[in-house]
Amino acid sequence: MTSTLISSPHVPRVNRVDRVMLQVLLALMPGVLAMIWFFGWGVLVNVILAVGFAVLAEALVLLLRRRPVLPALGDLSAVVTAVLFAISIPPTLPWWMTLLGMLFAIVLVKQLYGGLGYNPFNPAMAAYVFLLVSYPVAMTNWLAPELLSGIDLSFSDSLAMILHQVLPAGVDWDAVTAATPLDEMRTQLDEQLTIAEIRDQSALWGVFGGRGWEWISAAFLLGGLYLLWRRTITWHIPVSMLAGLLSLATLFWLIDPQTHPFPAFHLFSGAAILGAFFIATDPVTATTTRRGQLIYGACIGATVFVIRTWGGYPDAVAFAVLLMNIAAPTIDYYTQPRVFGHGRERAR
Amino acid sequence: MAATPVPTSERRLWTFHGGIHIADEKALSNASEITVAPIPKQLVIPLQQHIGAPARVLVEVGERVLKGQCIAAADGYVSAPVHASSSGTVIAIEARPVPHPSGLSALCAVIETDGEDTWAELPEPLTHYAQLDPAEVRERIRWAGVVGMGGASFPTGVKLNPGPDRRIDTLVINGAECEPYITCDDRLMRERASRILEGVRIMRHLLGGPGVLIGIEDNKPEAIAAMRFALGESDLRASAEVVAIPTRYPSGGEKQLIRILTGKEVPSHGIPAQIGIVCQNVGTAHAVAEAVLEGRPLISRVVTVTGRAITTPRNLAARIGTPAAELIAHCDGYREQPRKLVCGGPMMGFELHDQVVPVTKPVNCLLALTAAEAPDPGQALACIRCGRCADACPANLLPQQLYWFARAKDFDHAQDYNLFDCIECGCCAQVCPSHIPLVQYYRYAKTEVWAREQEKRKAEEARQRHEAKQARLERQERERQARLRQKKEALAAKAKAEAGDNAGSEAKQAAIAAARARAAAKQQGTGEPADGA
Ligand code: SF4
Ligand code: SF4
Repeated sequence: MTSTLISSPHVPRVNRVDRVMLQVLLALMPGVLAMIWFFGWGVLVNVILAVGFAVLAEALVLLLRRRPVLPALGDLSAVVTAVLFAISIPPTLPWWMTLLGMLFAIVLVKQLYGGLGYNPFNPAMAAYVFLLVSYPVAMTNWLAPELLSGIDLSFSDSLAMILHQVLPAGVDWDAVTAATPLDEMRTQLDEQLTIAEIRDQSALWGVFGGRGWEWISAAFLLGGLYLLWRRTITWHIPVSMLAGLLSLATLFWLIDPQTHPFPAFHLFSGAAILGAFFIATDPVTATTTRRGQLIYGACIGATVFVIRTWGGYPDAVAFAVLLMNIAAPTIDYYTQPRVFGHGRERAR
Repeated sequence: MAATPVPTSERRLWTFHGGIHIADEKALSNASEITVAPIPKQLVIPLQQHIGAPARVLVEVGERVLKGQCIAAADGYVSAPVHASSSGTVIAIEARPVPHPSGLSALCAVIETDGEDTWAELPEPLTHYAQLDPAEVRERIRWAGVVGMGGASFPTGVKLNPGPDRRIDTLVINGAECEPYITCDDRLMRERASRILEGVRIMRHLLGGPGVLIGIEDNKPEAIAAMRFALGESDLRASAEVVAIPTRYPSGGEKQLIRILTGKEVPSHGIPAQIGIVCQNVGTAHAVAEAVLEGRPLISRVVTVTGRAITTPRNLAARIGTPAAELIAHCDGYREQPRKLVCGGPMMGFELHDQVVPVTKPVNCLLALTAAEAPDPGQALACIRCGRCADACPANLLPQQLYWFARAKDFDHAQDYNLFDCIECGCCAQVCPSHIPLVQYYRYAKTEVWAREQEKRKAEEARQRHEAKQARLERQERERQARLRQKKEALAAKAKAEAGDNAGSEAKQAAIAAARARAAAKQQGTGEPADGA
């Protein structure tokens, strides 16, 4: 800046990044609590570990880059990344994988690109995919909801499980782990079972989605609505993403309800709700024009459906988001709003 | 974007994209009647208070001037004269600090007042303006030095002359006063409604009788009532309407107000007259009435002195040239040390670094803000691309992209993203969660672009001058050479002819060669583009 004069406006600013992030964290709470309720203390242990690792990693990089540490940590974006990552990974994941994930997210994906605002990829999702590709078994080793396994792991049991990979005496891994509903659905469908048969043969199913999972999704939905109400996010991405997913799901379900799960299953069994309100809405890596966000969200929703149905992974939110992160600048370019006083043209 | 009408009981209104709701803070000063500020000991009257060419000084140091006397004449069509706002003696004509965003100094006439406030002889009132040639009425407005009082300060006479081939069908009167804190137009409408309407009537006459829409934000019910009442008494009734518009900053921006009232968009880089509209501020209408009906030049204006740092916020009728400090003193000074003193409103005004700057024609507000009212936004963080700025932008720009390009000094891209459609309203900066001083970046980018264009123009001119000179020198050199050769050949031919042998043929050859050389020289000479002219 050439001038030292502080330019207008001379009014208090109404928003603050840290408050935005705080709202997001607050809105995540119902979902996180629901996860702890259904999957035990492992979820909390993961959250604590991930937050600790993320903050340390960020501080370290900032020190190395000779940037002021406190303002960047104070924006709470690393904490949000950490929480989103922690609730995406299985509550059994060895601690060092979480460390690896957070180092990857903060150091490589975020800070090497210049820190908050400059990273083209969603750090939490990039770290998730990195681990999923590197450690596919550990990353799909989900706990069964407690109400299914009937095994109540205490906080220290969960800590021991994550730190040392040991279970309490008399409990074995098969008893506590289970496939995720999406995983189960995929496997069974691949075995040519019909939806009706699949639903009949397992206790994994709840009212609309996977047992336990559906309530977790509902809790995230609650948080998402809170964010909408507080205008922390706008409706464009969540609505278009869920609409993209639902419209394909409905179409195929109408075509053949025995090989395609009913639409609500798609919404409430995996990370769709979490993804729509908390992950795809990450402003830094999403499109920035509102019209672009409709396209962006719809494409994520559609991609999620495509990968879930025909792809190699049971859930797909992370992949879909990362894929669309790549397309975001292009979408922005083609969806510039019509400037006041201009005809229907866009910038060259 | 499709026009979105807001149904009201009376009139269909349109909306513009973006804008913000912001605490209007009008209550600080809107109960204060307009009072005349005392004559200051010294008046510092800048010679350029308008857009266009600076006025030409007519007085000398030591000369006695009377109130209303013209002290500097308009210089050119887009220019405006300046008058003494009280009687006294000119003690200096020199550069003084003036209210300008960059804190510049500019040429001012400094008058030591004598306290008598003696009027100069004024021209006859033109109460019968409707029978006069519009040019004569316009000349009066021009003589009176009336400029846009809403902040733009474009000479009003020029704006009221859209030219014979532009039909004006709507005259929009701007009483929106959408900036927080400012109440001078509000008070003027409450107290001088009929005078304003007389000005409107004159302007309407000059524009060939268009319909009149007077737009006032609905947070000023008293002003709306006063204007409606006055309109009911006036013969403008049939052709004018007072329209209450929703309070939303920046509805008082010229383009935004036109959009709200008519649904039309002023083309980018264009003026309202292109779509058959002229927009004038209520204060300007008042000044026009004074000029035409009283023969009074524009020598005073209403200034709101407000902000929580001011002991008694007030609306003052201040003589042009009154130092800001005197007006603040007249409002019982500061209650607490202001964090900043702003000229204009908090959204678009600029900080004053010198309290001695005088009030000029476009200064509508002196705003002394406390630290609580204008807190330091703190260290700007990185843009998180949240898009809040774009949601708030009344020009429907993408401020986040503009910021990106301005920061990277990629001014070409900034222009592709319509940098110059930014009206610097400040909505984007107000909502930005990263507290980025966005407007500052846009001003900086615009200044850079202007500077570069100027430099380019200069460089281009210099290049052309240089090339022309180069070409001239080369041509002169070639001509000299050619002449020399001719001379030599002629001499040689002559010598041979004198020698007597084969004289005829050789002389012929020499003549041919000389002609060839001439032709060649001529061809080269005319081949130079720059030197031809
Ligand atoms: S409001 Fe600020 S942080 Fe958000 S996109 Fe605009 S410039 Fe970036
Ligand atoms: S200052 Fe410019 S970019 Fe910002 S909101 Fe106003 S018009 Fe839009």
